[in-house]
Amino acid sequence: MIVDVKDVRKSFGDVEVLKGIDLSVEKGEVIVIIGASGSGKSTLLRTINNLETIDSGEIWVDGTAVHDPKAAHNVHRDVGMVFQQFNLFPHLTALKNVTLALRRVKRMSKDEAEKVAMEALAKVGLAEKAGNYPQQLSGGQQQRVAIARALAMAPKIMLFDEATSALDPELVGEVTKVMRDLAQEGMTMLVVTHEMGFARDTADRVLFVDSGVIVEQGAPEQIFTAPSNPRTQQFLHRVLEA
Amino acid sequence: MGWAGIWESRELLLLGFWFTVILTVVTIITSTVLGFIVALGRTAHIPILGPILRGYLELFRGTPLLIQILFIYFGSAYLNFTGVTVFAAIVIAMTLYYGAYVSEIFRAGFESVPYGQQEAGRSLGLSRFHVIRDVIVPQTVTIVRPPLVGQYISLVKGTALASVIGYADLVRQGQGIIDRIGSPFAVFLVVAALYFVISYPMSLIERHLEKRTLQA
Ligand SMILES: Nc1ncnc2c1ncn2[C@@H]1O[C@H](COP(=O)(O)OP(=O)(O)OP(=O)(O)O)[C@@H](O)[C@H]1O
Ligand SMILES: [Mg+2]
Repeated sequence: MIVDVKDVRKSFGDVEVLKGIDLSVEKGEVIVIIGASGSGKSTLLRTINNLETIDSGEIWVDGTAVHDPKAAHNVHRDVGMVFQQFNLFPHLTALKNVTLALRRVKRMSKDEAEKVAMEALAKVGLAEKAGNYPQQLSGGQQQRVAIARALAMAPKIMLFDEATSALDPELVGEVTKVMRDLAQEGMTMLVVTHEMGFARDTADRVLFVDSGVIVEQGAPEQIFTAPSNPRTQQFLHRVLEA
Repeated sequence: MGWAGIWESRELLLLGFWFTVILTVVTIITSTVLGFIVALGRTAHIPILGPILRGYLELFRGTPLLIQILFIYFGSAYLNFTGVTVFAAIVIAMTLYYGAYVSEIFRAGFESVPYGQQEAGRSLGLSRFHVIRDVIVPQTVTIVRPPLVGQYISLVKGTALASVIGYADLVRQGQGIIDRIGSPFAVFLVVAALYFVISYPMSLIERHLEKRTLQA
């Protein structure tokens, strides 16, 4: 077990957004999290790498106690994250976006960092764009750079929060392809997405979250063909119709 | 018109010019450092610190610099702080006063950077220091620089108040020369021109940099 979330609760003001989440993730598992807007999917991902603190419960990531404020920062060593809005650093080239943390966090030399960064960019098919600034890249390319930036840090777990939602439909494929390749290689992944195709063919397990609770989970074929919870049925009916 | 008398007093004017330049350079540095730190403190959302910094900002921005200079100079004498010289009193007052304005400029700059930038930095494991230095600050430079230069030009003129507690700057030397030779119009014209010699290059540099960033 590489991620262990135990009875996690989180409120924003008076609104409880996570209402007792339990989740164990095995090494190499690909988990897709689905659910309506506002159900708490992003918040769940963000608590796992300490972008949000939790009110109660425990989160363990490969031995790091993320719920412990003193130890929590260690989680960034093991967990990479990809955001809906890419969040590339606009003042840096693709290459520099990737080398920054290699230099500052891993304290690599410039040459070493550039070598690792070029490998990561090559992996997402963007080696020849290393010198481009983010605004000179398409959305799909930007998101692939963002993935390369996270991968270069050699994380054990990757979190994807609607990585394709901000993209034009024709650019979605190039990003999901990178994600599929990564899953194939055995990366542990937690993926929030509306791409039901990706969930079906790549997920080991699909979680359906509703109002801060995991109401149903299981293998994709079970969730998509025979959901047992009426809320899951309703949700899937809505997204699969659309 | 007394031009000859002014020419004869040129060394005094030059001395005053350097006093003004030194005060300008020192307070630009100190108020920028203070303003930067205050802005960081205000964006950090630390419970007690926020209102304190906010109080500082409102107090020093909301009262005249002249009063602050007098208050710090005579106040420290009253409290027997013998270390507070004329120069120190002026630097302290101007640092606090202009630091307040500068902090608002930096704060606006920091807030113009989307929160996602910090989150991306943190999720890569960058320390708070590196997030600020390598991610946030570089993105604020072009936003912060024009108003900052505007503030520095206003600071150049603000140094003229230093003469009220006897700092031997341009104004003070000009007054001394007028006391001896008269011709206040000509003397103050020269003094004004010398202020312009300090402030105008700042304007030029800023305009040059702005052109360069527009081209890039
Ligand atoms: N920083 C915050 N402050 C206050 N409320 C927040 C904050 N972040 C999220 N929320 C609220 O928490 C709830 C869950 O948000 P979350 O972003 O986790 O939902 P989500 O399932 O990711 O939704 P979406 O599909 O729209 O991304 C929402 O009601 C949201 O408004
Ligand atoms: Mg979300």
